[in-house]
Amino acid sequence: MLRRAPRTLSLLAAATLVLAACTPADPGGGNKTIKVAYQKTDSFTALDSMLQDAKKEFEAANQGVTVDLQPIQANDDDYGTKLALALRSPSTAPDVFYEDTFKVRSDVDAGYLLKLDSRLAGWGDWGKFDAGAKEAGKADDGGTYAVPLGTDTRAIWYNKKVLETAGISVPWHPSSWQDILDTARKIKAAEPDVIPFNMYAGKGTGEGTVMQGFYELLYGTGAALYDQDSKKWVVGSTGFKDSLTFLDTLYKEHLAVAPADALDPNIWKKVFGEWFPKAKLGATVEGSYAPSFWQAGGSYAWPGYAQDMGVAPFPTESGGAPGAVSMSGGWTLAVGADTKQPDLAFNFLTTALNAKNSLKFTVASSQIAVRSDVAADAGYQSANPFVKDVSGLVSVTRFRPATSDYPRISAAVQEATEAVITGKRTPEQAAADYDAAVAGIVGADKTIRK
Amino acid sequence: MAATHRGRQVVRYLPVLPAAVLLLVFLAGPVLWAFHASMTNVGLTGRHARNPEWVGLENYQRLVQDPVFPLSLGLTVLFVAGSAVLGQNVLGLALAVLMRRARPAVSATVGTAVVAAWVLPEIVAAFAAYAFFSRDGTLNQLLGGLGQPETDWLYTVPMAAVVLANVWRGTAFSMLVYRAALNGVPAELTEAAQMDGAGAWQRLAYITLPVIRGSIATNLMLVTLQTLAVFTLIWVMTAGGPANGSTTLPVLAYQEAFKFGDIGYGTAVATVLIVIGGVFGAAYLRLLREQRP
Repeated sequence: MLRRAPRTLSLLAAATLVLAACTPADPGGGNKTIKVAYQKTDSFTALDSMLQDAKKEFEAANQGVTVDLQPIQANDDDYGTKLALALRSPSTAPDVFYEDTFKVRSDVDAGYLLKLDSRLAGWGDWGKFDAGAKEAGKADDGGTYAVPLGTDTRAIWYNKKVLETAGISVPWHPSSWQDILDTARKIKAAEPDVIPFNMYAGKGTGEGTVMQGFYELLYGTGAALYDQDSKKWVVGSTGFKDSLTFLDTLYKEHLAVAPADALDPNIWKKVFGEWFPKAKLGATVEGSYAPSFWQAGGSYAWPGYAQDMGVAPFPTESGGAPGAVSMSGGWTLAVGADTKQPDLAFNFLTTALNAKNSLKFTVASSQIAVRSDVAADAGYQSANPFVKDVSGLVSVTRFRPATSDYPRISAAVQEATEAVITGKRTPEQAAADYDAAVAGIVGADKTIRK
Repeated sequence: MAATHRGRQVVRYLPVLPAAVLLLVFLAGPVLWAFHASMTNVGLTGRHARNPEWVGLENYQRLVQDPVFPLSLGLTVLFVAGSAVLGQNVLGLALAVLMRRARPAVSATVGTAVVAAWVLPEIVAAFAAYAFFSRDGTLNQLLGGLGQPETDWLYTVPMAAVVLANVWRGTAFSMLVYRAALNGVPAELTEAAQMDGAGAWQRLAYITLPVIRGSIATNLMLVTLQTLAVFTLIWVMTAGGPANGSTTLPVLAYQEAFKFGDIGYGTAVATVLIVIGGVFGAAYLRLLREQRP
């Protein structure tokens, strides 16, 4: 037995060596690394180029610090999932990351985000951020956990050529839902090959269905999804049924796309890349970021968009005050709660969001500026012909009730729209199904009839 | 004496130890973790993400009341029965039998075509199937050439589309298993039956199938378990839609765990899947054991 000992020992020694090579290097000394996780897709590279710039700037100013950029190539939903999985374990959690405003609250609840109040107080630029946009980074305890990158609004985008061919004068300003239907029917009669007025619906387009579609309808009826005062979810509203009825009319009269197309998760690519540039689509509800796809360097570059496209606020049901509806989302940068270098991480965040980098990102991704110095910049205001129109909608815009229950509620709304446009349920039945689904998700005591 | 004997026994099992440890860590570990997680309210985000609470059987009670669950269970059975037990298994056997009689050139061509789908990575096969069935896809172009109107296959008949896609993708495995099994059927037996005047069908039913029934049971078990777990193919082709029309249990588990961030509930669905797989596995194993002479 004893003769074997040296061999065993040498094996053990070899194993230790191999294991030591696998363990990460000691973070002490002069070499520190900041891990940054963010989204990058073939049609969204603005953030990547902004963070590349910030990395150079930050590494030059902080000798010995390495910024490790870790782009995640995924759509919004999958990005959220992958980020959440990485955040679950302190050993994989990034130090700084790109965070959707509607995930901020639940991620703060989970303990993933670092509270930034004391650090923000010492950052001179924080005063330049728009007060409304700052709200998006706040959690239920009133503290700020995320810094906004930009925001967006939603409006009707229409193709002037299509409308003019149908004899509708531009600029077009629909004042009620009826106005939209009348115009769509005129387009249908004059140009049978054109999709007159599309609105996203069904589960295929996910959050797009509700953000660029159903909520513009619902909030224009005076109803709401969530009652802020009682902190309960609204069920049984007439507005909900009216909104479904409007979608029913659009799809039944073939004023929108065929239901099978509506359920295709990639339909938005056709909207931006094919139907608008080829004058195959009259109008649709889309985000203020629409020009980012069409401008030079965008994924569906279309030089004629500035002349051919027009934008109009989405009207309320029958034109009542305030006359327009819009929804806002937006993304932020946040610092991980478990970061070993909170100061460095926060400093990197301020570098990434300084005036120069913010301006570049805001223009490249057609965001609505959240910094006053960016908003005042001539380069931002002339970035595309629609900046003024879509920025003006900030005064009427709304945010989603981003509680932890929201993703399921949103899915229930999407299901209701899908049931209606596919003709499986009438608007009344689908609304009743939704009410039952909400009660099942949050409990009947957390719902309110309005 | 006894001690030495026991010592020898231990040494005899030593070579198996690494494999056993690997299985325990990478197979039993996740299964046990899934059982545990399905009894908690652990989430992807929200306050239970890092500090989950024990909720006992609450997730399973919710599952029983969930209207999507029976639908999903039915679709899973349909998918497994249609694409594995009937599709891959029967088609694989038919191909193997026919290929023995075909000319070598024909046999080689067919074999290559069938195995090609099996060689593709699952994600590539899934996109190929999507491209075939989608609205502007190959199938509609072929039918259009014959003057047929366009149909949205993935929308109108989602289950038929994913079942066919899975048959296409997986038949090669059954075919290879059966080709090997048929080579093991003694030629004398078949010839003797032929001498006694048995027709082709009778020889298949009374000689070939009984001889290879061990392979049939093994093949059925393997394709059933593989098909139960199919996710990528369905996710890429239909994502479970429309209106949950192709949401099999793996798709449902993924949606609940990752789309709605309810990992506890999602793992409860996955646990049901494990149990179903276990029941099938045990049934087939029993079948195999009974056949031993």
